[in-house]
Amino acid sequence: MKIDVSHIAKLANLPLSKTEKTKFEKQLGETFEYVEGLNEVETKNVEPKSQVTGLENITRDDTAKPSLSQDDALSNTKSKHNGFFKVKAIFEE
Amino acid sequence: MKLNSLNIKEANEGLKKKSFSSVELTKACLDQIRKLEGKLNAFVTVTENEALEQAQEADKLISAGQDLPLLGIPIAIKDNFSTLGIKTTASSIVLDDYIPPYNATVVAKLKAAGMVLLGKTNMDAWAHGSSTETSDYGSTKNPWNIKYLPGGSSGGSAASVAADEVIAAIGSETAGSIRQPASWCGVVGLKPTYGRVSRYGVIAMGSSLDSPGPITKTVEDSALILEVLAGVDENDATTSPLPVGNYSQKLSKNIKELKIGISEEYFIDGIDKEVKEMVEGALKKFEKFGAKIENLKLFDPKYAIDVYTIIQRSEVSSNLARYDGIRYGNGRDYFKDEAKRRIMFGTYALSSGYYDQYYNKAQKVRTVIIDDFKKAFEKVDVIIAPTSPSLALPVGATKDSAMFGEIADVLVEPSSIAGLAGINIPIGFSKSGLPIGMQIIGPQFSEELVLSVAYEYEKLTQVEKWRGLKPNL
Repeated sequence: MKIDVSHIAKLANLPLSKTEKTKFEKQLGETFEYVEGLNEVETKNVEPKSQVTGLENITRDDTAKPSLSQDDALSNTKSKHNGFFKVKAIFEE
Repeated sequence: MKLNSLNIKEANEGLKKKSFSSVELTKACLDQIRKLEGKLNAFVTVTENEALEQAQEADKLISAGQDLPLLGIPIAIKDNFSTLGIKTTASSIVLDDYIPPYNATVVAKLKAAGMVLLGKTNMDAWAHGSSTETSDYGSTKNPWNIKYLPGGSSGGSAASVAADEVIAAIGSETAGSIRQPASWCGVVGLKPTYGRVSRYGVIAMGSSLDSPGPITKTVEDSALILEVLAGVDENDATTSPLPVGNYSQKLSKNIKELKIGISEEYFIDGIDKEVKEMVEGALKKFEKFGAKIENLKLFDPKYAIDVYTIIQRSEVSSNLARYDGIRYGNGRDYFKDEAKRRIMFGTYALSSGYYDQYYNKAQKVRTVIIDDFKKAFEKVDVIIAPTSPSLALPVGATKDSAMFGEIADVLVEPSSIAGLAGINIPIGFSKSGLPIGMQIIGPQFSEELVLSVAYEYEKLTQVEKWRGLKPNL
């Protein structure tokens, strides 16, 4: 099975070297071939299950509570400006 | 008897009777850590100063007559649980310098119960693996033979308990990550029902599967910690409102009324001969004590590998999307091979045009697995099987094997996919001196039953000679 690793890496925002691309193309292909076994299981009338708890519509009261302070929230960033996270420009002028 | 080799129950009694202090107990553990860490590498971070401060505080409370379930007990926590003010890496250099500004619910509950936090244990990076060989801080070694692996991903927690570096530890399981390292290290590892213990503040791996739980020296200790951890949490909407049991008080089950299911699908081709024989031997003992063994035909666990591979990697790709190095940690160029493989597999499986073929198909087979267990539990109380098809494997065994973890975990994946309760208990040793474990699986929220069956087995086989063995380090 052939996977377009460059496209997937772009979607996943992962920087890959050329050697990595070759290596992962092979490994990912093998893993996808491995899971093909699943097609042996008949699932025509089976509903998919995304979770096992059986719980539904779990909500909490919509009340404001103390949360992390601005300083705490910023305590791990390497790049901040005037009390905000500083990120790379998204739009160019 | 060295203080660090005590279990929770013994340590609690000693502390209460003032036979020793929490500071002495904590120091004994820290001495053992100092002595062994060069060989074992079970920890990413040892919090020596904080631990001694907490132990002093605990001693004051004990003197004042305070009674808390874990007061003054030194415990280590897997490094994927957020700890306020203490570095939390998930054994990945992406989070090499990350210091969480809050505690995971599990950590907050243990602290409220009086725990002394000894440190954060090593694991497979992001919990991706079954060996600790994917840790960016080097693999942990098996205390029973340091040329062998401890299993994973909670390998540091299991090794630290087996080596008496701690009194108990906390791990997390997505599929096997508590039970399999417990099996390879010869300790008790409980994977609670999904939703029994809050995931809030645990660095997420497979969100529909992640289940935190205890790794301990005895079944009774496991019950005691579960009592502290379990319960509804408003910060994790998947936690169950069902009442939490008095697990440690209700540890008994009349074995004569017990129906145990076994399935030949779980004694797979290629299973280690000694593992197979020892689990069969344990089942014979159950029979001798009066339990009924019933043959089941369970859905072949080989398909669980496929289901798990797809669901877990899809959820990984989504969960690890948040690590961009902006708010905390390093950038995405710091991810290593295993994480990159899983992120890309999941990204592809969820991408436009492939969703039905992979993720949706896996979720359908998940339903088949859930229904299969439901049917089985109409006939039997618990299911017993080997935990791992092999003994601990030698260091280096998993390098460059993209599917190693999934295949090693084949016998624990079906019950994880169905969100069931399961426990590994040690049942003996191989001729080569490596531990062998067996798992007891029960329906959802059957922790009381599963722990009781494990407890009865432990009690009835207490006289067996191997129980006195300690790692020679």
